[in-house]
Amino acid sequence: MSDFILSKFNYWASILLMMIGMYGMIAKKNLIKKIIGMNIFQVSVFLFYISMGKVKGGTAPIFWEKAVIYDNPIPHVLILTAIVVSISTTAVALSIIIRIYNCFRTVEENKILETLANDENQSGNNQ
Amino acid sequence: MFDVFLLILLIIFAIYSVREKDLLSSIIILSGFSLMMTILWTRLNAVDVAFTEASVGAGVSTVIFLAAISRTKREEEVGQGRKRFDFYKIISLFIVILTGLVLAYGTFDMPPFGDIEAPVNTVLAPRYIYGSVPELGIKNFVTSILASYRGYDTLGETTVILTAGISVVILLRRKEL
Amino acid sequence: MIIEFITRKMIPFIQLYALYVVAHGDLGPGGGFQGGVIFGTSIILYIIVFGMEKGKRLLPLKITDFLGSLGVLIYAGVGILCIVFGGEYLEYTKLPFKNPHLAAHLGIFAIETGVAITVSAVMVVFIFDIARKKDV
Repeated sequence: MSDFILSKFNYWASILLMMIGMYGMIAKKNLIKKIIGMNIFQVSVFLFYISMGKVKGGTAPIFWEKAVIYDNPIPHVLILTAIVVSISTTAVALSIIIRIYNCFRTVEENKILETLANDENQSGNNQ
Repeated sequence: MFDVFLLILLIIFAIYSVREKDLLSSIIILSGFSLMMTILWTRLNAVDVAFTEASVGAGVSTVIFLAAISRTKREEEVGQGRKRFDFYKIISLFIVILTGLVLAYGTFDMPPFGDIEAPVNTVLAPRYIYGSVPELGIKNFVTSILASYRGYDTLGETTVILTAGISVVILLRRKEL
Repeated sequence: MIIEFITRKMIPFIQLYALYVVAHGDLGPGGGFQGGVIFGTSIILYIIVFGMEKGKRLLPLKITDFLGSLGVLIYAGVGILCIVFGGEYLEYTKLPFKNPHLAAHLGIFAIETGVAITVSAVMVVFIFDIARKKDV
């Protein structure tokens, strides 16, 4: 039983992290909090990939005469690319949030929606 | 066993980072989360990924977050009339738990952790591992795959970074901001 | 005062380490991306300690924009160079050096340098444009 749990624990931990990140993205009203949730979500996906590429008793994927088995290097490469994409998305998202803040003077989602609804009502009344 | 302890600690850090009302401490906790992740990746022998995470996740990403909250608000606002039964939160919690359960059900069919017979480790990886040193003379397999076997990927990755830089410039480099 | 002194002494070492990481990407962990981020971090440290104005005097925005595009150009240019010497796109072993291994080594070093230049320039651009402009 404990063998079974240990053999799946990395996957379950990454699923739990994914749940936390997704909750942060859905339930939190603050836009920066949503980006923090997105970062946790991304890290959980990275953890899942790297766990799949681990081999029992393997060494790091760098050439070594004494090595018997290497870990799988392909997930590492994919995740390197993914980390780059994650920092890029974070930076672009944060700059969009700064523009939103300059426009509405708030980063709370519900207040932005209220302001938009008020604007629409006013323009409707004018017509 | 150390890995299990580290993973539990990671989950606790993530929960605190999402729950914290002060965005500054939330970001600092996220940075600590990244540092913990670096240790975990060194434990899983993904040294290149650990290096990248240490420099990006714990370093530059934190600085960008701090720069962003210096131009916006620091506190997360709590609604004035806080209801005890928040329908929106219950619904989102339900969706999240449902997704998690479906994914957890999927893991029962997956090969166990560290299995050398898993399809991931048998199909393409040996070709790269045993080809790298005779064909290219590159000792770090991650670099040889990144730069040579999958060179197009990295070209795309570099272009993504350039595109992100251009987008930030378009969005924020203005006189009135 | 102390912080400024320590920063002045530390920045050359950080940059030397970044160049080491870029150059040894094919022997150990590291590579263009990590080295570029570390190099960008040294400039970010300078900006944080000495302020935005001095940082912009050290590295004007025109230069960072130019460097960001230059890195991608180096990467794509090495690929085209491989076609010119009779290989496929990004097939480094066809580059005209003594043996294929040396050619692969130098080709990969060239593209890692391109990646490092782009990444460090874009990291500095992120900080320049996302951080607050006034009263810094």
